[in-house]
Amino acid sequence: MAEPARKTDTAQPMLSVNNIEVVYDEVILVLRGVSLEVPQGKIVTLLGPNGAGKSTTLKAISGLLKTEDGEVTRGDINFMGQQIANGNPEDIVRSGLFQVMEGRRIIEDMTCIENLRLGAYTRKDKGVKDDIEMVFEYFPRLKERTGLAGYLSGGEQQMLAIGRSLMARPKMILLDEPSMGLSPLLVKEVFGIIEKINREQGITMLIVEQNANFALKVADYGYIMESGKVVLDGTRDELLNNEDVKEFYLGGGSEERKSFKNIKSYKRRKRWL
Amino acid sequence: MNFELLFQLLLNGLIVGTLYGVVAMCFVLIYKSTQIVNFAQGEFLLIGAWVCYAFLVEMSLPFWLGFLFTLLFMMAFGIILQMVVLRPMIGEPIISVIMVTIGLSIFFQAATKWIFGATTASYPQVFETRSINLLGMQIETAYIMSFVISLFIMAGFYWFFKYSKLGLAMRATAFDQQVAQSLGISVKTVFAMSWAISALVSGIAGIVIGMVNGVSSALSVIGIKVFPAVILGGLDSIVGAIVGGVIIGLLENTAEFVDGQYLNWGNLFSIAPFYVLIIILCIKPYGLFGTKDIERI
Repeated sequence: MAEPARKTDTAQPMLSVNNIEVVYDEVILVLRGVSLEVPQGKIVTLLGPNGAGKSTTLKAISGLLKTEDGEVTRGDINFMGQQIANGNPEDIVRSGLFQVMEGRRIIEDMTCIENLRLGAYTRKDKGVKDDIEMVFEYFPRLKERTGLAGYLSGGEQQMLAIGRSLMARPKMILLDEPSMGLSPLLVKEVFGIIEKINREQGITMLIVEQNANFALKVADYGYIMESGKVVLDGTRDELLNNEDVKEFYLGGGSEERKSFKNIKSYKRRKRWL
Repeated sequence: MNFELLFQLLLNGLIVGTLYGVVAMCFVLIYKSTQIVNFAQGEFLLIGAWVCYAFLVEMSLPFWLGFLFTLLFMMAFGIILQMVVLRPMIGEPIISVIMVTIGLSIFFQAATKWIFGATTASYPQVFETRSINLLGMQIETAYIMSFVISLFIMAGFYWFFKYSKLGLAMRATAFDQQVAQSLGISVKTVFAMSWAISALVSGIAGIVIGMVNGVSSALSVIGIKVFPAVILGGLDSIVGAIVGGVIIGLLENTAEFVDGQYLNWGNLFSIAPFYVLIIILCIKPYGLFGTKDIERI
């Protein structure tokens, strides 16, 4: 932007997604103009129901869209001053943006340490060994697991997937549903560690979640997506106090909703779309 | 019973078997990382052996230099073959890709005959002594070299897949290509490298066999012998390939012994592995070490 007034505002966000449109297989329109910004050092969360296009947004950012025959057909994605829309996933990882994919996706027939070393694939320095120890400090229970990663519990696999992303020494991590398939206690533990990593390592995070309760606890800012569009955004407190968010995502909400005859919530939903 | 002959044959079987194992490993490497059944594996041996022959005899280079040049040539050959012929086939049905490798096999057979002729050629003498006496048995020096080289290659493979970055990346790509890409691994590089390594190691095996038997198109028969070995061990297991190779080597030579001493049918030697192949497919379709697909419901 050339306007001098904006420059004094805040520094440019680390990642900005501007009005992107994503099409799969050249015909299926999945994202219909999504824009979002992630400032450096912050945790931003992207909430929304199934099929809203949250994972697609992440894949568009990390370039993995390409592996699924998807394409960004409009808009642009800017990461630290670089245009990365429709870029190669390898190049995007090298530029410091790492995605932890949905459903853990660790390499099951390798050990924890081998998985962690793979995370450091793009690095050329000698600090890999120290970083494995650093990951074990965040996730002490992984250290005791010497067998194949396929035998780890769901929570441990999620921890390994996050640990693996740290090995790449990324500037920013995209986390796709870290709470998936975990017990509430484990979700709490995992989110606690995510917050700790953000604080101690200064790694910026964009977290896609269905579990709005937990995600909003750690996030600084949130976006809510529905049907391929961002329908609402705001700081953590704004979202936590928003009546619609309370109703649809956090549970509870206003009294009147309890009657099924009342179609107000449906109307509100309509208005969002 | 002629025990001395039996031992001699079993020893031969072990040595030839490790060599089968090495070629089988190359086959499995390609299958595992790129899901391609490479019917041209035997021709890699043939090309390696002839190229080394050309360096040694026609350019009269010293053995070590010719050997080194052949390795470099095979590596480049593997990469170019993957990039030019097989990369455009990514995403095509598996049967088309198999047809391409069969086509490559026929093409290379004909091309080597055209360039180098159809007669058997032999390398210049590499070792001073043709054979040495070990525990009362005569063993050709080239055989011992072959055995040592095979063990060396196997140890190299083990180290490569366990500790090297590229080896880990290849295993990750074999397991899940999308995840490999999300980790910053270039799948294209991994594919090219698996063909390069496979061609390189097969080339070494070709030179070794060429030193013992001479270089001719018969070398590519190893490529067919490798099938029983690979299927016995399990298509996607490197350890299985080695075990399968050794078993097939021993089996061939046992068949030779039984045939030569008692049955006198002739040629049981060359068909025995394929009988075993059929039996294995009946009772253990995934082989000894192959992974069964686990379906999660």
